[in-house]
Amino acid sequence: MNIRNNIALSDSGFLFDPSTGDSFSVNPIGMEIIRMIKGGKTDPEIRQYLLSTYQTDEATIEKDYYDFLKMVEQFHLIEKTDGKEKD
Amino acid sequence: MKRLQYERPLIQRVNTGILNKFGTRTEFTPFTHIDDVSVKDLLQQYGSPLFVISEKGIREKYHEAVRAFTNRYPKVQFAWSYKTNYINAVCNIFHQEGSWAEVVSGFEYNKALQNGVPGEKIIFNGPDKTDEDIRSAIANKSPLHIDHLDELYRITELAEEAGVKPEVAIRINMDTGIYPMWDRFGFNYENGQAWDAINKIILANKLELVGLHCHIGTFMLSPSAYAVAAGKMADLALGIRNKFKKNIKYLDMGGGFASRNTLKGSYLQGADTSPSFDQFAEAICTALLNAGFLQDELPLLILETGRALVDEAGYLLGSVISNKRLADGRRATILDFGVNVLFTAFWYDHKISPAQEFSHYTEDSVLYGPLCMNIDVVRENCTLPPLRKGDHVVVHTVGAYNMTQWMQFISLRPAVVLIDKDRNAHLIRNRETLNSIEVEEVMPSYLKDFKL
Repeated sequence: MNIRNNIALSDSGFLFDPSTGDSFSVNPIGMEIIRMIKGGKTDPEIRQYLLSTYQTDEATIEKDYYDFLKMVEQFHLIEKTDGKEKD
Repeated sequence: MKRLQYERPLIQRVNTGILNKFGTRTEFTPFTHIDDVSVKDLLQQYGSPLFVISEKGIREKYHEAVRAFTNRYPKVQFAWSYKTNYINAVCNIFHQEGSWAEVVSGFEYNKALQNGVPGEKIIFNGPDKTDEDIRSAIANKSPLHIDHLDELYRITELAEEAGVKPEVAIRINMDTGIYPMWDRFGFNYENGQAWDAINKIILANKLELVGLHCHIGTFMLSPSAYAVAAGKMADLALGIRNKFKKNIKYLDMGGGFASRNTLKGSYLQGADTSPSFDQFAEAICTALLNAGFLQDELPLLILETGRALVDEAGYLLGSVISNKRLADGRRATILDFGVNVLFTAFWYDHKISPAQEFSHYTEDSVLYGPLCMNIDVVRENCTLPPLRKGDHVVVHTVGAYNMTQWMQFISLRPAVVLIDKDRNAHLIRNRETLNSIEVEEVMPSYLKDFKL
């Protein structure tokens, strides 16, 4: 899974999808996750980073992280690495 | 390394469409203290959820209302509407301020008596007065407001039985140009029922007609309807003076003034649309002063407003149980209070604030209560910061009708705390226990035992 190459990221927390014209607002921690995905980090690496960086617990990270990924997927911002590319 | 404050990762599509002129409304300003008392400390001490009432809020609102009417009319009396909030400590704040009591059942009547309100200062309204209630009201010289002819006849019989001529008023309903027109209570003005009742009472000479009462609706957003009502009430009072040479002592204009809550489906916020006490007072007092009473014959103006006096002084504090994602992608937040204790969630979009600091990111969420019932929705949609399990929220403007209409359904009712003028918190109603409910149950002996 990766963020599609044509998705533009701004430093201030905006995503732009040129294929649909949609813009998205992302909070700082969400932006960190997106950059890590783009940077090729794996799920366990990202979760471990979040756990060591933020005052929270593993269960919360797991719940919120996968919920966030699901939303990113629903907004068609990712491409699957198994060959089934999502637009 | 010190770990950073955690906030749930959020991504939201930016919607650029037609917004209303106020833009997107958010409610993320944290509300951490009520009258300088920490919300967190209150929840820690008394548990969650918790109703909190600000005594300062009540007294200030009451003074505002009294000032609005007494500045415009010489004889004004407020009567506290027990059904709006009949927790004794709340009632007694109003009684300390000089309010009489206005009750609509034997239960409320006895509550007012037990609170120490003199009988002649308890107005007894409502369509259901038992013989016991009527006898008690007659003995205590409480003004009985008659709702229907059956009640009129029964009061007459019981007064004869007691050998007294009790003071009564009749409730009038009328068309004031609003919808819905309340015509289920009292006698109609337009079709002559009101005059029929007046004639019966005065000509029979068994009851002393001292007042006329009306209550034209609830959550009224149009002061002009009260001007129409006051005009019609004055017309009846002047008609009685002309026909029977008898002065009506008081006109009771009831209540129904809107609070600052926002009704579901309304375009504007309640805080922007609800008329002020000054607007209601201007409408009512101007109509009465222009009606044609001689100066020394002006009737006492009684007001029974409840909601507008106490709603804003009440808060409901609660906690987040969980967050979840609904099938259609919407965020849902489950709170530890629902429609069982926040009954007014059925008709208001209550303002709900987080009780702790957050970043400026927000998301839309459905707010559910804890009941295992589909109807338990506190807000269909509310823009809030990303709340975590255990975070606290404050529901505003809940002082009216919740602490009387709350249901003991599925869970027990919470405690109620009053914050006094010196910022001290007083427990004024205990959190219910299993025993509070079971004490009224009776188990037949053959059902006591079973084997599984």
